[in-house]
Amino acid sequence: MPDFIADWLNTNDIFTAMTIMEYWDGLVTTVHLVFLSLVLGLIVAVPLAILRTVKNPFVSGPIWLYTYLFRGTPLLIQLYIIYYGVAQIPGIQESIWWEIFKEPLYPALLAFTLNTAAYTTEIIRGSILSTPNGEIEAAKAYGMNWFLRMRRIILPSAARRAVQAYSNEVIFMLHASAIASLVTIVDLTGAARNIYSRFYAPFDAFIFVALIYLALTFILVFAFRKLENHLLRHQRPANS
Amino acid sequence: MFDLKGYGPALAEGAVVTIELAFLSLALAIILGLLGASAKLSGNRVLTGIATTYTTLIRGVPDLVMMLLFYYGGQVAVNALSDYLWETREIDFFFQFDPFISGVVTIGLIFGAYMTETFRGAFLAVDVGQIEAARAYGFSNWHTFRRVMIPQMLRHALPGVGNNWQVLLKTTALVSIIGLTDMVRVAEEAAKAERMPFHFFIPVAAVYLILTAGSELFIRWLDKRANVGVVQGN
Repeated sequence: MPDFIADWLNTNDIFTAMTIMEYWDGLVTTVHLVFLSLVLGLIVAVPLAILRTVKNPFVSGPIWLYTYLFRGTPLLIQLYIIYYGVAQIPGIQESIWWEIFKEPLYPALLAFTLNTAAYTTEIIRGSILSTPNGEIEAAKAYGMNWFLRMRRIILPSAARRAVQAYSNEVIFMLHASAIASLVTIVDLTGAARNIYSRFYAPFDAFIFVALIYLALTFILVFAFRKLENHLLRHQRPANS
Repeated sequence: MFDLKGYGPALAEGAVVTIELAFLSLALAIILGLLGASAKLSGNRVLTGIATTYTTLIRGVPDLVMMLLFYYGGQVAVNALSDYLWETREIDFFFQFDPFISGVVTIGLIFGAYMTETFRGAFLAVDVGQIEAARAYGFSNWHTFRRVMIPQMLRHALPGVGNNWQVLLKTTALVSIIGLTDMVRVAEEAAKAERMPFHFFIPVAAVYLILTAGSELFIRWLDKRANVGVVQGN
């Protein structure tokens, strides 16, 4: 460690090794929570998006309702309903599920997953619907059935078009995860709130955590730009 | 139809607070967005730099962290200023940082950054010929901005402004955390006291749903009106 950093750490009261460790644990919790909810959300969203494009209203209708409800209300309310609501389900406190749901992490994970799945479903649906008709006609002309067309033609090309919008959703989720601190989870924001109340130092505690979020955001933006360049390399002009 | 255990009036007042908060924040966000977009398009490097820093910083930090920073930090700053003024000039100056004002300022600043991008795109979409024509008529910069740019860019900005408004509405729920008695806070207190979370949170969720659905219809109507003179090639 360079000397000036060591000096600075020794001379200030707030950013001691202990508080740095608290921020670190918070960072681990935030990344853990956001990563898991994004992965689970994506796993839920892909089949829902496909079914949402089906013509039968009994299939697409309920999915529309689900995405409409979750996109039309604040995530905070969804989190509160799940966090406070689960304990009120009759019999749950005696069942095996209580072992899982009495931890605040799991209600938060459930709320975040359902929320991001709703947004992701609409993103993927949009890019499925914008598949050029010629590609679908060509696939039909080759005698591909619906399943094969979906797997080989529509989904790969829709995925490429969805990356841009999905990267926004990922960053949105990272920022939205800050509300996990309201249900007693010590994520990054939770760590900052603890340190704020211990030292009554709002600027140090919150600006530091804001910089960590900013760094995470930049890393995500950079990674998605790389991914997008990679996926869309066939569309690059020939001489670049 | 729905027994709110006597919390009905408090919830209704909370809903009014939420709506006031949303509209005031929207007004601030639009002003900041217009300033930010003008700065970004001014061609002045200092102004562009300031506006770019503003939008980058705001869009990289969670709303909740900003809100906590402004609310708790704002009070500490006021206290420090108050001490300083009293010690150096014996001026008695103090005010309690209010959650409502903190909420409006924070949400306004956050969405000002998003509006900056929306308006910037919209200004760029105005046909250059229109601006040249205004110049040819001898319009000043300000006149061109007010009479030509603003009316024509609104049509392009409307869908973006509408999206930002929908997100803004949902962000107002966060202000309950810094102690504003909006409908979310009333519902939270009622749910805890009565041990009936579904009973109180679902009506609040329904109010948000009505607000977002209503805005969607209104924006669609506005969009139709704004595009009345445009022939759409299908």
